[in-house]
Amino acid sequence: MITDIAAWLLDPANWTGEEGVLRQAWLHLLYCVFAVCAAALVAVPLGLYIGHTGRGSVFVVGFGNAMRALPTLGLVTGIAVLFRGSVALAALVVLAFPAVLSGTYAGVRAVPSQAVDAAKGMGMTSKQRLWQVELPNALTLLMGGVRNAMLQVMATTAVAAYVGLGGLGQLLIEGQTIGRYDQMASAAILIALLAVLVDLALAGLTWLLVPRGVTLTAANTGARPRGRRKQR
Amino acid sequence: MMEELLRYFASPSNREVLLEQLGQHVYLSLVPLVAGVLLALPLGRIAQRIGWLRAALLGGAGIVYTIPSLAVFVLLPSLLGTDFTSSLNVVIALTLYTTALLVRPVLDALEAVPAHVTVAATAMGYRPHRRFLAVELPLAIPALTSGVRVASVSNISLVSVGALVGTGGLGRLFMVGFERDLVQIPVGIVLTVLLALLVDLLLVLGCRLLTPWERAGRAVIAS
Repeated sequence: MITDIAAWLLDPANWTGEEGVLRQAWLHLLYCVFAVCAAALVAVPLGLYIGHTGRGSVFVVGFGNAMRALPTLGLVTGIAVLFRGSVALAALVVLAFPAVLSGTYAGVRAVPSQAVDAAKGMGMTSKQRLWQVELPNALTLLMGGVRNAMLQVMATTAVAAYVGLGGLGQLLIEGQTIGRYDQMASAAILIALLAVLVDLALAGLTWLLVPRGVTLTAANTGARPRGRRKQR
Repeated sequence: MMEELLRYFASPSNREVLLEQLGQHVYLSLVPLVAGVLLALPLGRIAQRIGWLRAALLGGAGIVYTIPSLAVFVLLPSLLGTDFTSSLNVVIALTLYTTALLVRPVLDALEAVPAHVTVAATAMGYRPHRRFLAVELPLAIPALTSGVRVASVSNISLVSVGALVGTGGLGRLFMVGFERDLVQIPVGIVLTVLLALLVDLLLVLGCRLLTPWERAGRAVIAS
Protein backbone atom coordinates (compact mmCIF):
# COMPACT_ATOMS: atom_id res chain seq x y z
CA MET A 1 0.00 0.00 0.00
CA ILE A 2 2.62 2.49 1.07
CA THR A 3 4.91 1.52 -1.78
CA ASP A 4 2.03 2.12 -4.23
CA ILE A 5 1.52 5.58 -2.84
CA ALA A 6 5.23 6.35 -2.90
CA ALA A 7 5.43 5.09 -6.48
CA TRP A 8 2.58 7.35 -7.51
CA LEU A 9 4.12 10.34 -5.79
CA LEU A 10 7.56 9.69 -7.30
CA ASP A 11 6.30 9.23 -10.84
CA PRO A 12 7.23 12.46 -12.66
CA ALA A 13 4.41 11.90 -15.14
CA ASN A 14 1.92 12.60 -12.37
CA TRP A 15 3.47 15.96 -11.56
CA THR A 16 3.53 17.71 -14.92
CA GLY A 17 0.93 18.55 -17.53
CA GLU A 18 -2.51 20.14 -17.50
CA GLU A 19 -3.90 17.83 -14.82
CA GLY A 20 -0.63 17.29 -12.97
CA VAL A 21 0.11 17.81 -9.30
CA LEU A 22 2.00 21.06 -9.77
CA ARG A 23 -0.75 22.77 -11.69
CA GLN A 24 -3.51 21.54 -9.37
CA ALA A 25 -1.57 22.54 -6.27
CA TRP A 26 -1.05 25.99 -7.75
CA LEU A 27 -4.79 26.30 -8.50
CA HIS A 28 -5.61 25.07 -4.99
CA LEU A 29 -3.34 27.66 -3.42
CA LEU A 30 -4.58 30.41 -5.71
CA TYR A 31 -8.24 29.77 -4.87
CA CYS A 32 -7.54 29.74 -1.14
CA VAL A 33 -5.42 32.90 -1.11
CA PHE A 34 -7.92 34.68 -3.32
CA ALA A 35 -10.88 33.65 -1.14
CA VAL A 36 -9.24 34.65 2.13
CA CYS A 37 -7.99 37.97 0.72
CA ALA A 38 -11.39 38.79 -0.76
CA ALA A 39 -13.09 37.97 2.54
CA ALA A 40 -10.51 39.93 4.55
CA LEU A 41 -10.96 42.99 2.34
CA VAL A 42 -14.50 43.36 3.69
CA ALA A 43 -14.32 41.52 7.01
CA VAL A 44 -11.30 43.35 8.49
CA PRO A 45 -12.69 46.90 8.07
CA LEU A 46 -16.10 45.72 9.26
CA GLY A 47 -14.61 43.96 12.28
CA LEU A 48 -12.48 47.01 13.12
CA TYR A 49 -15.53 49.25 12.88
CA ILE A 50 -17.70 47.00 15.04
CA GLY A 51 -14.95 46.43 17.56
CA HIS A 52 -14.07 50.12 17.74
CA THR A 53 -17.59 51.46 18.08
CA GLY A 54 -19.19 48.45 19.78
CA ARG A 55 -22.11 48.78 17.37
CA GLY A 56 -23.49 45.51 16.05
CA SER A 57 -21.44 43.17 18.25
CA VAL A 58 -24.48 40.93 18.79
CA PHE A 59 -24.60 40.52 15.04
CA VAL A 60 -20.96 39.34 14.85
CA VAL A 61 -21.34 36.67 17.52
CA GLY A 62 -24.68 35.34 16.27
CA PHE A 63 -23.68 35.48 12.62
CA GLY A 64 -20.36 33.76 13.27
CA ASN A 65 -22.02 30.86 15.08
CA ALA A 66 -24.76 30.43 12.51
CA MET A 67 -22.26 30.41 9.64
CA ARG A 68 -20.20 27.71 11.29
CA ALA A 69 -23.22 25.40 11.16
CA LEU A 70 -23.51 25.64 7.37
CA PRO A 71 -22.37 22.36 5.80
CA THR A 72 -19.54 23.21 3.42
CA LEU A 73 -20.48 20.56 0.87
CA GLY A 74 -24.05 21.90 0.81
CA LEU A 75 -22.86 25.46 0.34
CA VAL A 76 -20.49 24.50 -2.46
CA THR A 77 -22.98 22.36 -4.37
CA GLY A 78 -25.74 24.91 -3.78
CA ILE A 79 -23.76 27.86 -5.11
CA ALA A 80 -22.35 25.79 -7.99
CA VAL A 81 -25.85 24.78 -9.06
CA LEU A 82 -27.25 28.28 -8.70
CA PHE A 83 -24.54 30.16 -10.56
CA ARG A 84 -22.62 27.56 -12.55
CA GLY A 85 -18.93 27.44 -13.22
CA SER A 86 -16.14 28.99 -11.23
CA VAL A 87 -18.52 31.23 -9.31
CA ALA A 88 -18.41 28.37 -6.80
CA LEU A 89 -15.37 30.31 -5.61
CA ALA A 90 -17.92 32.58 -3.95
CA ALA A 91 -18.66 29.73 -1.53
CA LEU A 92 -15.06 29.87 -0.36
CA VAL A 93 -15.28 33.62 0.23
CA VAL A 94 -18.52 33.16 2.16
CA LEU A 95 -16.84 30.54 4.37
CA ALA A 96 -13.75 32.64 5.03
CA PHE A 97 -15.73 35.73 5.96
CA PRO A 98 -17.05 34.93 9.48
CA ALA A 99 -13.70 33.64 10.78
CA VAL A 100 -11.86 36.82 9.76
CA LEU A 101 -14.69 39.01 11.01
CA SER A 102 -14.90 37.43 14.46
CA GLY A 103 -11.08 37.31 14.75
CA THR A 104 -10.79 41.02 13.98
CA TYR A 105 -13.67 41.92 16.26
CA ALA A 106 -12.37 39.79 19.14
CA GLY A 107 -8.91 41.30 18.61
CA VAL A 108 -10.13 44.87 18.96
CA ARG A 109 -12.34 44.02 21.95
CA ALA A 110 -9.44 42.30 23.70
CA VAL A 111 -7.15 45.34 23.57
CA PRO A 112 -6.44 46.21 27.21
CA SER A 113 -8.73 49.06 28.23
CA GLN A 114 -5.81 50.74 30.03
CA ALA A 115 -4.03 51.12 26.69
CA VAL A 116 -7.09 52.66 25.06
CA ASP A 117 -7.69 54.95 28.05
CA ALA A 118 -4.05 56.03 28.07
CA ALA A 119 -4.31 56.84 24.36
CA LYS A 120 -7.42 58.89 25.08
CA GLY A 121 -5.64 60.67 27.93
CA MET A 122 -2.77 61.52 25.61
CA GLY A 123 -5.24 63.31 23.39
CA MET A 124 -5.42 60.82 20.53
CA THR A 125 -8.45 61.16 18.34
CA SER A 126 -10.77 58.22 17.78
CA LYS A 127 -9.14 57.58 14.41
CA GLN A 128 -5.61 57.70 15.85
CA ARG A 129 -6.59 55.28 18.61
CA LEU A 130 -7.96 52.84 16.08
CA TRP A 131 -4.90 52.87 13.81
CA GLN A 132 -2.11 53.35 16.33
CA VAL A 133 -3.36 51.48 19.39
CA GLU A 134 -6.22 49.14 18.67
CA LEU A 135 -5.11 47.72 15.33
CA PRO A 136 -1.51 46.83 16.34
CA ASN A 137 -2.73 45.26 19.57
CA ALA A 138 -5.47 43.36 17.76
CA LEU A 139 -3.15 41.84 15.16
CA THR A 140 -2.49 38.57 17.01
CA LEU A 141 -6.16 37.63 17.21
CA LEU A 142 -6.87 39.11 13.79
CA MET A 143 -4.24 36.86 12.22
CA GLY A 144 -5.66 33.98 14.24
CA GLY A 145 -8.93 34.64 12.47
CA VAL A 146 -7.15 34.67 9.11
CA ARG A 147 -5.49 31.34 9.91
CA ASN A 148 -8.83 29.85 10.90
CA ALA A 149 -10.35 31.11 7.69
CA MET A 150 -7.46 29.72 5.66
CA LEU A 151 -7.66 26.23 7.09
CA GLN A 152 -11.38 26.12 6.53
CA VAL A 153 -11.00 27.34 2.96
CA MET A 154 -8.17 24.82 2.35
CA ALA A 155 -10.48 22.00 3.45
CA THR A 156 -13.39 23.30 1.43
CA THR A 157 -11.33 23.75 -1.73
CA ALA A 158 -10.51 20.05 -1.55
CA VAL A 159 -14.24 19.34 -1.35
CA ALA A 160 -15.08 21.88 -4.05
CA ALA A 161 -13.33 19.75 -6.64
CA TYR A 162 -16.53 17.72 -6.58
CA VAL A 163 -18.33 20.48 -8.49
CA GLY A 164 -15.44 20.79 -10.95
CA LEU A 165 -13.49 23.69 -9.50
CA GLY A 166 -10.14 21.90 -9.89
CA GLY A 167 -7.33 21.87 -7.39
CA LEU A 168 -5.77 18.94 -5.57
CA GLY A 169 -9.19 17.58 -4.62
CA GLN A 170 -9.75 16.83 -8.27
CA LEU A 171 -6.91 14.28 -8.27
CA LEU A 172 -8.53 12.66 -5.25
CA ILE A 173 -12.02 12.48 -6.71
CA GLU A 174 -10.68 11.34 -10.06
CA GLY A 175 -8.78 8.59 -8.26
CA GLN A 176 -11.99 7.50 -6.62
CA THR A 177 -13.89 7.45 -9.91
CA ILE A 178 -11.29 5.25 -11.62
CA GLY A 179 -10.75 3.14 -8.48
CA ARG A 180 -7.10 4.06 -7.95
CA TYR A 181 -6.50 4.19 -4.21
CA ASP A 182 -2.83 5.13 -4.64
CA GLN A 183 -3.85 8.30 -6.46
CA MET A 184 -6.50 9.14 -3.86
CA ALA A 185 -4.10 8.67 -0.96
CA SER A 186 -1.33 10.63 -2.70
CA ALA A 187 -3.72 13.49 -3.34
CA ALA A 188 -4.86 13.35 0.29
CA ILE A 189 -1.27 13.53 1.50
CA LEU A 190 -0.57 16.50 -0.77
CA ILE A 191 -3.74 18.28 0.40
CA ALA A 192 -2.74 17.78 4.03
CA LEU A 193 0.83 18.91 3.35
CA LEU A 194 -0.23 22.06 1.52
CA ALA A 195 -2.63 22.97 4.35
CA VAL A 196 0.04 22.53 7.02
CA LEU A 197 2.62 24.49 5.01
CA VAL A 198 0.26 27.39 4.36
CA ASP A 199 -0.67 27.48 8.05
CA LEU A 200 3.02 27.61 8.94
CA ALA A 201 3.53 30.42 6.44
CA LEU A 202 0.71 32.36 8.06
CA ALA A 203 2.20 31.74 11.49
CA GLY A 204 5.44 33.23 10.17
CA LEU A 205 3.55 36.19 8.71
CA THR A 206 1.86 36.76 12.08
CA TRP A 207 5.28 36.83 13.73
CA LEU A 208 6.45 39.41 11.19
CA LEU A 209 3.36 41.60 11.42
CA VAL A 210 2.76 41.76 15.14
CA PRO A 211 4.88 44.57 16.60
CA ARG A 212 7.66 43.37 18.94
CA GLY A 213 6.26 45.49 21.76
CA VAL A 214 2.93 43.68 21.73
CA THR A 215 4.59 40.26 21.72
CA LEU A 216 6.93 41.24 24.56
CA THR A 217 4.15 42.68 26.72
CA ALA A 218 2.08 39.54 26.26
CA ALA A 219 5.07 37.35 27.16
CA ASN A 220 6.06 39.39 30.21
CA THR A 221 2.67 39.83 31.79
CA GLY A 222 1.32 36.49 30.65
CA ALA A 223 -1.59 38.55 29.41
CA ARG A 224 -3.50 36.45 27.01
CA PRO A 225 -6.82 37.91 26.03
CA ARG A 226 -8.70 35.51 28.22
CA GLY A 227 -12.38 35.61 28.94
CA ARG A 228 -13.17 37.31 25.72
CA ARG A 229 -11.86 34.44 23.68
CA LYS A 230 -15.19 32.71 24.22
CA GLN A 231 -16.52 34.67 21.32
CA ARG A 232 -14.55 32.54 18.95
CA MET B 1 -39.33 25.86 -5.62
CA MET B 2 -42.31 25.42 -3.29
CA GLU B 3 -43.89 22.85 -5.62
CA GLU B 4 -40.67 20.90 -5.84
CA LEU B 5 -40.39 20.85 -2.07
CA LEU B 6 -43.96 19.57 -1.75
CA ARG B 7 -43.31 16.95 -4.40
CA TYR B 8 -40.15 15.86 -2.62
CA PHE B 9 -41.80 15.52 0.76
CA ALA B 10 -44.94 13.91 -0.71
CA SER B 11 -43.04 10.75 -1.59
CA PRO B 12 -42.91 8.29 1.32
CA SER B 13 -39.66 6.78 0.05
CA ASN B 14 -38.02 10.22 0.08
CA ARG B 15 -39.15 10.80 3.63
CA GLU B 16 -37.87 7.41 4.67
CA VAL B 17 -34.45 7.99 3.13
CA LEU B 18 -34.31 11.46 4.65
CA LEU B 19 -35.03 10.18 8.14
CA GLU B 20 -32.44 7.45 7.78
CA GLN B 21 -29.78 9.95 6.63
CA LEU B 22 -30.70 12.27 9.47
CA GLY B 23 -30.31 9.44 11.95
CA GLN B 24 -26.93 8.55 10.43
CA HIS B 25 -25.89 12.17 10.62
CA VAL B 26 -26.77 12.40 14.30
CA TYR B 27 -24.89 9.19 15.02
CA LEU B 28 -21.82 10.17 12.99
CA SER B 29 -21.51 13.59 14.57
CA LEU B 30 -22.44 12.95 18.19
CA VAL B 31 -20.52 9.72 18.88
CA PRO B 32 -17.22 11.47 18.00
CA LEU B 33 -18.28 14.45 20.11
CA VAL B 34 -18.70 12.30 23.21
CA ALA B 35 -15.55 10.31 22.49
CA GLY B 36 -13.60 13.52 21.85
CA VAL B 37 -14.69 15.05 25.16
CA LEU B 38 -13.72 11.87 27.00
CA LEU B 39 -10.28 11.94 25.36
CA ALA B 40 -9.68 15.66 25.70
CA LEU B 41 -10.35 15.74 29.45
CA PRO B 42 -7.42 13.54 30.48
CA LEU B 43 -5.20 15.10 27.79
CA GLY B 44 -6.02 18.60 29.01
CA ARG B 45 -5.30 17.49 32.55
CA ILE B 46 -1.95 16.03 31.49
CA ALA B 47 -1.11 19.25 29.63
CA GLN B 48 -1.94 21.19 32.77
CA ARG B 49 0.23 19.09 35.06
CA ILE B 50 3.23 18.16 32.91
CA GLY B 51 5.00 21.18 31.49
CA TRP B 52 6.93 19.65 28.62
CA LEU B 53 3.93 17.71 27.35
CA ARG B 54 1.85 20.87 27.16
CA ALA B 55 3.64 22.33 24.16
CA ALA B 56 3.69 18.93 22.44
CA LEU B 57 -0.02 18.34 22.98
CA LEU B 58 -1.08 21.83 21.94
CA GLY B 59 1.21 21.74 18.90
CA GLY B 60 -0.03 18.30 17.90
CA ALA B 61 -3.63 19.41 18.29
CA GLY B 62 -2.94 22.43 16.10
CA ILE B 63 -1.50 20.28 13.33
CA VAL B 64 -4.34 17.72 13.46
CA TYR B 65 -6.85 20.52 13.21
CA THR B 66 -5.08 21.98 10.17
CA ILE B 67 -5.39 18.82 8.07
CA PRO B 68 -8.46 18.98 5.81
CA SER B 69 -11.20 16.48 6.64
CA LEU B 70 -11.38 14.95 3.17
CA ALA B 71 -7.69 14.06 3.36
CA VAL B 72 -8.15 12.42 6.77
CA PHE B 73 -11.17 10.42 5.61
CA VAL B 74 -9.13 9.05 2.70
CA LEU B 75 -5.91 8.35 4.60
CA LEU B 76 -7.35 6.65 7.68
CA PRO B 77 -8.21 3.33 5.96
CA SER B 78 -4.58 2.76 4.95
CA LEU B 79 -3.30 3.79 8.37
CA LEU B 80 -5.75 1.70 10.39
CA GLY B 81 -6.62 -1.05 7.94
CA THR B 82 -10.31 -0.21 8.09
CA ASP B 83 -12.59 -0.75 5.15
CA PHE B 84 -12.52 2.16 2.73
CA THR B 85 -16.25 2.99 2.85
CA SER B 86 -16.63 2.16 6.54
CA SER B 87 -18.28 4.89 8.58
CA LEU B 88 -15.73 4.09 11.27
CA ASN B 89 -13.27 6.30 9.35
CA VAL B 90 -15.53 9.29 9.76
CA VAL B 91 -16.12 8.52 13.43
CA ILE B 92 -12.39 8.25 14.14
CA ALA B 93 -11.52 11.33 12.08
CA LEU B 94 -14.12 13.48 13.81
CA THR B 95 -13.04 12.13 17.20
CA LEU B 96 -9.53 13.32 16.38
CA TYR B 97 -10.82 16.75 15.38
CA THR B 98 -13.00 17.06 18.46
CA THR B 99 -10.11 16.10 20.73
CA ALA B 100 -7.75 18.49 18.96
CA LEU B 101 -10.26 21.29 19.21
CA LEU B 102 -10.98 20.67 22.89
CA VAL B 103 -7.50 20.20 24.40
CA ARG B 104 -6.90 23.96 24.55
CA PRO B 105 -10.34 24.89 26.04
CA VAL B 106 -10.02 22.08 28.62
CA LEU B 107 -6.60 23.35 29.59
CA ASP B 108 -7.81 26.97 29.78
CA ALA B 109 -10.88 25.94 31.76
CA LEU B 110 -8.84 23.96 34.28
CA GLU B 111 -6.32 26.76 34.67
CA ALA B 112 -9.09 29.27 35.25
CA VAL B 113 -10.12 27.44 38.45
CA PRO B 114 -9.02 29.87 41.20
CA ALA B 115 -6.03 28.65 43.19
CA HIS B 116 -7.69 29.39 46.53
CA VAL B 117 -10.50 26.96 45.66
CA THR B 118 -8.14 24.05 44.96
CA VAL B 119 -6.10 24.89 48.03
CA ALA B 120 -9.25 24.95 50.17
CA ALA B 121 -10.31 21.57 48.75
CA THR B 122 -6.91 20.11 49.54
CA ALA B 123 -7.15 21.48 53.09
CA MET B 124 -10.54 19.83 53.45
CA GLY B 125 -8.90 16.50 52.71
CA TYR B 126 -9.59 15.99 49.00
CA ARG B 127 -6.97 13.81 47.37
CA PRO B 128 -5.81 14.99 43.91
CA HIS B 129 -8.00 12.61 41.84
CA ARG B 130 -11.09 13.21 43.88
CA ARG B 131 -10.41 16.93 43.92
CA PHE B 132 -10.17 16.93 40.13
CA LEU B 133 -13.48 15.12 39.69
CA ALA B 134 -15.43 16.84 42.47
CA VAL B 135 -14.05 20.39 42.46
CA GLU B 136 -12.00 21.37 39.42
CA LEU B 137 -14.01 19.61 36.72
CA PRO B 138 -17.42 20.97 37.77
CA LEU B 139 -16.01 24.49 38.02
CA ALA B 140 -14.57 24.13 34.53
CA ILE B 141 -17.92 23.15 32.98
CA PRO B 142 -19.00 26.60 31.70
CA ALA B 143 -15.71 27.25 29.89
CA LEU B 144 -15.70 23.66 28.69
CA THR B 145 -19.21 23.98 27.30
CA SER B 146 -18.23 26.83 25.00
CA GLY B 147 -15.50 24.61 23.55
CA VAL B 148 -17.90 21.68 23.15
CA ARG B 149 -20.41 23.93 21.41
CA VAL B 150 -17.85 24.90 18.77
CA ALA B 151 -16.86 21.25 18.34
CA SER B 152 -20.45 20.03 17.98
CA VAL B 153 -21.27 22.59 15.31
CA SER B 154 -18.08 21.82 13.43
CA ASN B 155 -18.72 18.05 13.61
CA ILE B 156 -22.26 18.37 12.34
CA SER B 157 -21.03 20.44 9.44
CA LEU B 158 -18.08 18.11 8.66
CA VAL B 159 -20.07 14.85 8.55
CA SER B 160 -21.51 15.89 5.20
CA VAL B 161 -18.01 15.83 3.67
CA GLY B 162 -17.96 12.11 4.47
CA ALA B 163 -20.59 11.60 1.79
CA LEU B 164 -17.84 12.15 -0.81
CA VAL B 165 -16.09 9.00 0.37
CA GLY B 166 -19.32 7.04 0.57
CA THR B 167 -20.53 7.25 4.17
CA GLY B 168 -24.08 8.21 5.03
CA GLY B 169 -25.53 11.32 6.56
CA LEU B 170 -27.19 14.40 5.14
CA GLY B 171 -24.21 14.97 2.83
CA ARG B 172 -25.79 12.40 0.50
CA LEU B 173 -28.56 14.90 -0.18
CA PHE B 174 -26.02 17.38 -1.54
CA MET B 175 -24.57 14.81 -3.92
CA VAL B 176 -27.96 13.62 -5.15
CA GLY B 177 -29.03 17.25 -5.35
CA PHE B 178 -26.02 18.20 -7.41
CA GLU B 179 -26.38 15.23 -9.75
CA ARG B 180 -30.11 15.21 -10.42
CA ASP B 181 -32.58 16.56 -7.86
CA LEU B 182 -31.80 20.19 -7.00
CA VAL B 183 -34.35 20.55 -4.25
CA GLN B 184 -32.44 18.20 -1.98
CA ILE B 185 -29.61 20.71 -1.51
CA PRO B 186 -31.65 23.33 0.41
CA VAL B 187 -33.41 20.53 2.33
CA GLY B 188 -30.00 19.21 3.41
CA ILE B 189 -28.65 22.63 4.34
CA VAL B 190 -31.72 23.55 6.40
CA LEU B 191 -31.77 20.21 8.22
CA THR B 192 -28.05 20.39 9.01
CA VAL B 193 -28.34 23.91 10.40
CA LEU B 194 -31.45 22.99 12.42
CA LEU B 195 -29.68 19.93 13.83
CA ALA B 196 -26.70 22.07 14.80
CA LEU B 197 -28.95 24.64 16.49
CA LEU B 198 -30.86 21.92 18.37
CA VAL B 199 -27.70 20.27 19.67
CA ASP B 200 -26.31 23.70 20.61
CA LEU B 201 -29.48 24.47 22.56
CA LEU B 202 -29.30 21.12 24.38
CA LEU B 203 -25.66 21.79 25.30
CA VAL B 204 -26.53 25.19 26.76
CA LEU B 205 -29.40 23.66 28.73
CA GLY B 206 -27.20 20.81 29.90
CA CYS B 207 -24.57 23.28 31.09
CA ARG B 208 -27.22 25.19 33.08
CA LEU B 209 -28.50 22.02 34.69
CA LEU B 210 -24.99 20.90 35.61
CA THR B 211 -23.97 24.21 37.16
CA PRO B 212 -26.82 25.31 39.46
CA TRP B 213 -24.39 27.39 41.55
CA GLU B 214 -23.84 29.79 38.65
CA ARG B 215 -27.42 31.06 38.88
CA ALA B 216 -27.48 30.90 42.67
CA GLY B 217 -24.31 33.00 42.74
CA ARG B 218 -25.79 35.56 40.39
CA ALA B 219 -28.97 35.81 42.49
CA VAL B 220 -26.90 36.47 45.62
CA ILE B 221 -24.89 39.18 43.89
CA ALA B 222 -28.06 40.77 42.54
CA SER B 223 -29.84 40.90 45.91
